[in-house]
Amino acid sequence: MSQLYAFTLGPFADMVSSPVFLVEVIVGGIAAGLMYSLVALGFVLIFKASGVFNFAQGVMVLFAALTLVGLIERGLPVVLALVLTMGVMVALAFAIERIMLRPLVNQEYIILFMATIGLNFFLEGFGEMVWGANVKKLDVGIPDTSFMVAGVQVNKLEMTAAVTAAVLVTVLAVFFQKTRIGRALRAVADDHEAALSIGIPLKTIWVVVWAVAGLVAIAAGIMWGAKSGVQFSLSLIALKALPVLILGGFTSVPGAIVGGLLIGVGEKVGEVYWGPLVGGAIENWFAYVLALSFLLFRPQGLFGEKIIERV
Amino acid sequence: MIYREAGQFKTTYASDQAIFPIVQDRVFVALALACAFAVPLAATEYWLQAILIPFLIYALAALGLNILTGYAGQLSLGTGGFMAVGAYSAFKLTTAFPEASIILVFLASGVMAAAVGLIFGIPSLRIKGFYLAVATLASQFFLIWLFNKVAWFVNYAPSGTITAPDRRVLGVIVTGPNSTAGARYLMALGFVVVFALIAKNLVRGRVGRSWMAIRDRDIAAEIIGVRPLRTKLLAFGISSFYCGVAGTELVFLFLGSAETLAFDINQSFLVLFMIVIGGLGSILGSFLGAAFIVLTPIFLTNVPHIVGLKMSVALLKQIELMIFGALIIFFLIVEPHGLARLWQITKEKLRLWPFPH
Amino acid sequence: MRWKAIVISVLALAVVAWPLAGVAPAQDKSMFIPLLVYRTGAYAPNGIPSANGFNDYFNLLNDRDGGINGVKIAFEECEFQYDTKQGVECYERLKAKSPVLVNPFSTGVTYQLIPKAPVDKIVVHSAGYGMTASADGRWFPWVFNFPMTYWSQASAFVKYVGQQEGGIEKIKGKKIAHIYHNSPYGKEANPTLEELSRRLGFELTLLAVDHPGQEQKATWLQIRRLNPDWIYISGWGVMNQVAIKEASSIGMKMDRVIGNWWTGTEADVVPAGEAAKGYKSMTFHAPGTGFKVHQDLFKHVYDKGKGAYGNDRAKVGEVLYNRTVITAMLNTEGIRTAMGKFGNKPLTGEEVRWGFENLNLTEQRLEQLGMKNLMKPLRVTCDNHEGNGLALVQQWDGKQWKIVSDWIEPMREVVRPKLELAAVEEGKKLGYTMRDCSKEK
Repeated sequence: MSQLYAFTLGPFADMVSSPVFLVEVIVGGIAAGLMYSLVALGFVLIFKASGVFNFAQGVMVLFAALTLVGLIERGLPVVLALVLTMGVMVALAFAIERIMLRPLVNQEYIILFMATIGLNFFLEGFGEMVWGANVKKLDVGIPDTSFMVAGVQVNKLEMTAAVTAAVLVTVLAVFFQKTRIGRALRAVADDHEAALSIGIPLKTIWVVVWAVAGLVAIAAGIMWGAKSGVQFSLSLIALKALPVLILGGFTSVPGAIVGGLLIGVGEKVGEVYWGPLVGGAIENWFAYVLALSFLLFRPQGLFGEKIIERV
Repeated sequence: MIYREAGQFKTTYASDQAIFPIVQDRVFVALALACAFAVPLAATEYWLQAILIPFLIYALAALGLNILTGYAGQLSLGTGGFMAVGAYSAFKLTTAFPEASIILVFLASGVMAAAVGLIFGIPSLRIKGFYLAVATLASQFFLIWLFNKVAWFVNYAPSGTITAPDRRVLGVIVTGPNSTAGARYLMALGFVVVFALIAKNLVRGRVGRSWMAIRDRDIAAEIIGVRPLRTKLLAFGISSFYCGVAGTELVFLFLGSAETLAFDINQSFLVLFMIVIGGLGSILGSFLGAAFIVLTPIFLTNVPHIVGLKMSVALLKQIELMIFGALIIFFLIVEPHGLARLWQITKEKLRLWPFPH
Repeated sequence: MRWKAIVISVLALAVVAWPLAGVAPAQDKSMFIPLLVYRTGAYAPNGIPSANGFNDYFNLLNDRDGGINGVKIAFEECEFQYDTKQGVECYERLKAKSPVLVNPFSTGVTYQLIPKAPVDKIVVHSAGYGMTASADGRWFPWVFNFPMTYWSQASAFVKYVGQQEGGIEKIKGKKIAHIYHNSPYGKEANPTLEELSRRLGFELTLLAVDHPGQEQKATWLQIRRLNPDWIYISGWGVMNQVAIKEASSIGMKMDRVIGNWWTGTEADVVPAGEAAKGYKSMTFHAPGTGFKVHQDLFKHVYDKGKGAYGNDRAKVGEVLYNRTVITAMLNTEGIRTAMGKFGNKPLTGEEVRWGFENLNLTEQRLEQLGMKNLMKPLRVTCDNHEGNGLALVQQWDGKQWKIVSDWIEPMREVVRPKLELAAVEEGKKLGYTMRDCSKEK
């Protein structure tokens, strides 16, 4: 009986007894969740505009961060390095479109997914070969200190990441809804052939999408790289962003944010209050189970496009 | 000209429905099997231990995942978790019942994995496509966490690893530290041959057709009477059975001892790569894909040694990764339906060769 | 279309022709030592200095001394990316060159090689990692983990905390948190810490961090609530960098955060920058280049252009570099001990095993090697493959690691009984029988 109590009511009692700590956990969860959203945004962009699940997004984040740090280490001022990195990511988008996407036009989505896996391996080896395998410190002038707000500890770096994520999402949402290119992107995601037949230049669209995803990857790379140093493990964040994707929906930009918030808070609250009861480290699967439980009610995610099947 | 079917008439339904209807095929497969079983006589331990045994084990896992993803259309990333279930249940069974035949233990571990697979397959009734893939990741992470957390699974060993004990089949030690690579190879080969045969027959029969119906148009399939619940869960169950046995083999016949890191997310992705490269929905494709993924990195690592090129090992590994990724993209561009399709095209051409048409 | 066909046929031919190529065995008067390294992948920041230490020390011996008593050391690197399967493949491939010993440099690979060691007759040296139970040489004659195991290290950590608190009795009632990587490696210290918590009365909290540990907010929130007096970290890879950063960002006093010897390297403190100042870690050797052996390394290896770091001499003396220099030294001293009995010629695995088991590294010998105070004298015996190594605590001052404690003797009376129980269990799993050390000499 006491076991049952410990599992169900105990954590709630714990939450109520120290509300300030609960707020801190929630704030921490929001911060972490927004960091996940930054990565999830890249996935959403590419999926929304070309129907491809870009397995290599994590490695693109790593590659962007590596390039930025590598350039800074070589003595370039931060702003110039940033601009050059953006250029590199755009060039990468061109290369991907030319070599990988063009020959695979109109193939099944699983084939394109597999191709991004090949891209993942390629970029992994390439990035490490060019920039080296050591861990590098990323310093773009954002301090990683904490300050107190009404008894709750808040981290400056995470707040910056949150603001960045919010700005990016707003810009991207406007981009997709209001501009001509945004409409074209949505058309391409719907049906490649139909889009081609009405004159949308598929090649340009794809380059634009992958370039924008690359830029988002730079933002994600900066935030995560500042937290843990730029190293290979950065590419593993993609796994943490996947529950955000399935919760928010693969095709929704605001869904990435909402999903991120839900997953971040859910994960942290679960780990802090329920984790110790089962020995801890439940974060990983808890996030997926949380997303899964939402999926059972809305199989396309909270904001995803409803899958209409025709027989 | 070599591969002619001229003169081969089928007089019974059974011979018409045979898996290998063409005599040349039958001869070739028989020869290949004979060679495969004779390999331990000629191969070095390195070849057996580091190349052939992992190939066979991953071929079995790829068969399992191909059944689920290639034939039934349910994209799953929980393969590593199911392999872990197989391995850990085999360990518990064989340490609890040391007298039981190890073959039975392998099969029982497959059954355990199938049971777990059934449970984690339930979301597939509601979720589809990439969403299902990510949902199966939940099973992957949960199972790994479970095996890490509950010390009962490792018999409370302080090292936290499971170790394959010495077990015999017909008097020959086939698992454990005192087994020879040849014995383990034959064991793995035996299992793969039997299970491949079973899989081939499954997919050619009613069950396989119902899977393919679900894969292609699941709503239409439901309308014509294919029950989605049963069919999908059956696919999950059988696929998990195969993956469970493959996981058991991974620990008992290849690694010898393992911790949960051996079954992490990379395994799931690895097996998925195998079936996509090899060919979704093809039994031969599972083998080809497993061969490609297992052999290519080893091949790429050894080429500079053979050619005599001196390079730092780090650079070598990075180039290897790049070539591996490039090869994947190359093969996908050349033949999006996988290596199995390439083989099929080759066979078609062989039937006419040397004539052009 | 034609070039596609050509590429495919070339690949097919290559695949067919490849088995015909073999691996050349080792030649003439040299002993072969394989180096399993990870210069790429997630753990490369730690793998690179480790690999370089081995390379440089072996090159030093070959160059300065002409090898070990005239027998040159042949060594070859094999990259395994810290992946167990690739590690096993490396081992199997390099086995053809008749190695006498192997440093797996990864706990996963060590577990794979332990059962193979007596069969292949190759000594496994897992210095400061691997299976702690293998310290009981009566069960594992072929596996050595000197100079120290994880369990002894945990007891040394507690002893240090006691010293800092003004006496081991003052530990009672203090709060110690252990943050560990959620894997068998991370859990190694737990049984010892729990036992000591019972005996000495401190409050122990165990917090697991899931692999890979890129995101640890929840763990550190709990730490903040707990407000422990001391923190012990058993991490690896990116978990280390993030843990140190989080520790400083929640305002923990860094000189009360102590990592184990795999959680205290230069790579770990780099991303935290200034915030990592004051962070401590355990170790079993001194850091830095202030020892004669380093002068020799510069003179005989780097000045001749054979240094593994090339022109970047600043990296010589890093924690993991020194660690593998020491490990390489222990390897070669073990071989030298064996040569003392079996003669100055290329030895077999059996002979090297005897050498390891009877290794007696004296203060005098250390001074001859130029490693005085780099590590302490060590003696290995048949039943104690952990040796009598001592621990140190080092602290990061923002630029380098500095020793801040005396040599600490672990609580062997606490650790050894549990170790022997574990050895019985692990040995029985592999079907071994305990040998009687008094019968062998």
